[in-house]
Amino acid sequence: MDGIAPYDPTTQYTSEPAIKEIGPEGHDIPLWKPVNMSRRAFLRGVVCSGTVIAGSAFLFSTATKARADERAVERMIRLTVNGRTHTVDVAPNETLAHTIRYRLGLTGTKIGCNHTECGACTVMAEGTTIYSCSTLTHRVRDKEITTVEGIAAPDGTLHPVQQAFIEELAPQCGFCTPGQVVSAVALLQKNPKPTVDEARLAMSGNLCRCGAYDHYLRGVMKAAERV
Amino acid sequence: MAYKLIGKNFTPPDIEAKVTGAAKFAEDFRADGMAFIRILGSPMPHGRVRSIDLSEAEKVPGFLAALVPDDIKQPGPAGQAILSGNPRFYGEPIVAIAAETEQAAADAIAKVRLDMELLPFVVDPIESLKPDGVNALGDGNIAGRGIDLQEIKWSGRTFALADEGEMPRGEAVIEWAFGDLEQGFANSAVIIEESMVHASCSHHAMEPRSAAAWWENGKCHVWGSTQSTAFAQPGLANLIGIPPSDLVFNAEYCGGGFGGKAGAYPLMALPALMSRKLGGRPCLYRASRAEEYDNGYARGGFQGWMKLGFREDGRLLAADVFAVQDQGTTAGFPDYNNLGSAISICFQPEAMHFRALPVLTNTVPKGAQRGPGENQAANMIEPLLDKAARELGIDRLAIRTINAPGGGGHDATIGGDQGPVTSAYLLEAFERGAEMFNWAERSQQSGQRNGSKVKGFGVASAYHSAGSNGFDGLLRITPDGILHIHTGVGNLGTYSYASTSRTAAEVLGYDWDHVVLEYGGTARNLPWNLGQFGSNTSFTMSRTNYVAAMDAKAKLLEIGAMMMGGEPDDYELQNERVVAKADSSQSISFGEAAAKALELGGRFDGSEVPENLNPMTVQAASAIAGTGLMGVAKDEMERRGTVPALCAGFAEVEVDVETGRIEIIDYIGYADCGTVVHPQGLAAQMRSGAIMGFSLAMFERHVYDPAYGRPNARGLYRAKPSGYLDVPAFQDWGAVDEVDFQNPQGMKGIGEPIQGAASAAVICAISDALGGHLFNRTPIVTDMILNAAEGLPQSYNPLATNTV
Repeated sequence: MDGIAPYDPTTQYTSEPAIKEIGPEGHDIPLWKPVNMSRRAFLRGVVCSGTVIAGSAFLFSTATKARADERAVERMIRLTVNGRTHTVDVAPNETLAHTIRYRLGLTGTKIGCNHTECGACTVMAEGTTIYSCSTLTHRVRDKEITTVEGIAAPDGTLHPVQQAFIEELAPQCGFCTPGQVVSAVALLQKNPKPTVDEARLAMSGNLCRCGAYDHYLRGVMKAAERV
Repeated sequence: MAYKLIGKNFTPPDIEAKVTGAAKFAEDFRADGMAFIRILGSPMPHGRVRSIDLSEAEKVPGFLAALVPDDIKQPGPAGQAILSGNPRFYGEPIVAIAAETEQAAADAIAKVRLDMELLPFVVDPIESLKPDGVNALGDGNIAGRGIDLQEIKWSGRTFALADEGEMPRGEAVIEWAFGDLEQGFANSAVIIEESMVHASCSHHAMEPRSAAAWWENGKCHVWGSTQSTAFAQPGLANLIGIPPSDLVFNAEYCGGGFGGKAGAYPLMALPALMSRKLGGRPCLYRASRAEEYDNGYARGGFQGWMKLGFREDGRLLAADVFAVQDQGTTAGFPDYNNLGSAISICFQPEAMHFRALPVLTNTVPKGAQRGPGENQAANMIEPLLDKAARELGIDRLAIRTINAPGGGGHDATIGGDQGPVTSAYLLEAFERGAEMFNWAERSQQSGQRNGSKVKGFGVASAYHSAGSNGFDGLLRITPDGILHIHTGVGNLGTYSYASTSRTAAEVLGYDWDHVVLEYGGTARNLPWNLGQFGSNTSFTMSRTNYVAAMDAKAKLLEIGAMMMGGEPDDYELQNERVVAKADSSQSISFGEAAAKALELGGRFDGSEVPENLNPMTVQAASAIAGTGLMGVAKDEMERRGTVPALCAGFAEVEVDVETGRIEIIDYIGYADCGTVVHPQGLAAQMRSGAIMGFSLAMFERHVYDPAYGRPNARGLYRAKPSGYLDVPAFQDWGAVDEVDFQNPQGMKGIGEPIQGAASAAVICAISDALGGHLFNRTPIVTDMILNAAEGLPQSYNPLATNTV
């Protein structure tokens, strides 16, 4: 174990209870049920019924409501994501990443840095890749947004990029993968037969700390043979 | 040996979810009524909280609860707190607030009023060792694994005796030696003596360390981001303050760890503690990128000195090594030990003297980062071998091959006690890698100039211990004939949780399509496994799965004898059936055997398990007892010596002496990793590990403002990992593919040295392009190259760290 086991900060602790005071004696912990609802079921049950999404309790929401009201900015917008139009309550300072992750429940899009540095949040707006972490939702309200969840065919058939990424064992930890998928799909939509250098350039906005660039690139080139 | 599964590619079960976005990481957790947590980190590098005023924060609409240091138990000296009233580094969490929305939590945090006293701080280890130097923890400046917090100061004389730029060498707490050092130097044709610095750097996991938790029916449920599942559970339970059996832990996906999420860590416990305060309400803590940099650990940097004596043919006769490790604020990881071990195994010096000292600084806590100590060792020592080769007039590959352990490593030793290794084929990795790279011809182009670009070539090696033992394997065959392999090793993205499970399927002769992997969370009933770190998974987990499979095999044969007569030895396993050796028409399916196991109960269906199992395994086995034929065992197979993962690397670079830009033209890594279990997975690791090595060589470092102790490398672009355009588009690789005889299928790990070999090879190549210029500093960044090319002095104090 020496030299293998990592630093374990937990060994610095005694085994006494972590919190010194935990509510009243005999406190009955209520049952909280995690949401295991699929995206499709959720959207079907909430969005398509016309219910405003922000009404759901689990969603991220901002405290800018009052300020927004003062400015009379329209908060209720129609947003088209993956071919479906949603009526969403969006604060004026809200980013697209937050809207799609916390209001629409599309968690495939990741937030790695929130500063346009890593590309994990990459989505397409009208076929052009954008960093959704740094794009205000109101700015793209009239655009057709595509997230990683909208890449495969409606019947679940994987896009050639997704299939090639699997075949090339491109994803490692997988956190950057949704952004890599979207960037690759966007590239092949505009340039179906890219050179390796063109593909590298197109993908260069997506960081992968695992360093799986070689295999992602192989995946892009393989997918290019199939689209 | 011909295997059915081992050595073959396969599609890991979790990969499709990664390309479709269906993979759920900790931050993707959602629950009705979920509260959000934000934290307030220390605004100063070392301070004491006099008071915390929450009165205004509590008025923020949506405020639910706050946790402050007094609410939470505190660690021992040199430990890491969940919330601290005595923060020792910038950003260390002090207050946590839960609110109905994340914005409300952030607004409430902004309303917290802290009254703090700034305490003296230090960000450079050597500064702390000076007679009047600051102790990062007040009471002491030295701590490490097995090293209690204490104060050590070097005398003014120690500093005065060191020449300009030379590493002073005072008292050390780690010291070992073997061989006759003085005689070694006396017999040396060339002696190289240099001081050097290796920067600390962040892990840069793409997924910040978010976590979610809730309580239900007395159990605490946590979604965490960790490399390890089973191994992290007891530690996390301890942080939360509950028995491990009361913790339901989900860690199905981990968005990058690299050692920084090796097990449990304090922030992972925060949502559980907050949730408990809120009566079990689900809570999500979503770490920002800056918070990840503040609290996400880092590789320990070094300030060091080496004196190396070489025979005329390049043989390393004597090595005297002194290293001060930047430990940050906790006892951290003993990179220093690994630094000494790495030098001893890779170069097999005839005599060696090693001294080290872990020094605390008011910087982010240091944890293991891919090749902790070993990879710094490679970056620090390999350029010195080049210098020796040049002075001796021998090839830079030859000075490595003459020292490298090979031929199985029967005579190879490691560390101060000169212990044995289980196998070593570094020499073969050098030889085959050199052939693949065409080192002999290509390295002749060294120094060729094309406009402002100069070619350079580098060769290097690296090591990491790569295997352990003593853990448990657990699997079961259900009456439908399906093999369920329970693996608690974790899912770091190497897919070795799956590839090592194939060893069990191999033993039982299963088709992979008839295997289900149970992994990702303790609800899947996981055995006690070592975590996914330390290059150990291939060796350790293949052994645990092997012993579990052998247990199942014995039970299958026994049941075959019961049902068809005779003795177990009269039967064998074929095509998922128990078949009579004498008459293949006599057989039962594995499913039928599993049904019989249920009927028999006892040890057959897991109702009785061996006494030597870990309690976690016992609990898991108990939960699934009576569902099929169980294979469960502790790995008590023999392991003599250290399991060494070794790698040789070959790099070609072009250095633009007008811009300082380095372009890596080509890189080949060649691994000694035992039997290749998953070729595509190994290929992915060889290439991607090298890319992480390129970053280590050229980009990554911590920089702190020495006046205020604030970190300046808190963004990906400031301490940047490599991108697509920083690295070659494609790489070749190779593996020696010689078995390790202490693993039943010959496997050992490789994850870490593939980075160190690449970083050191690139560093050597840069040096080569500049005519053998020694930077003695990692990383080598643009301004350093420009200064070297122009013959100008560098802009930093030679031994300064964390501040440039």
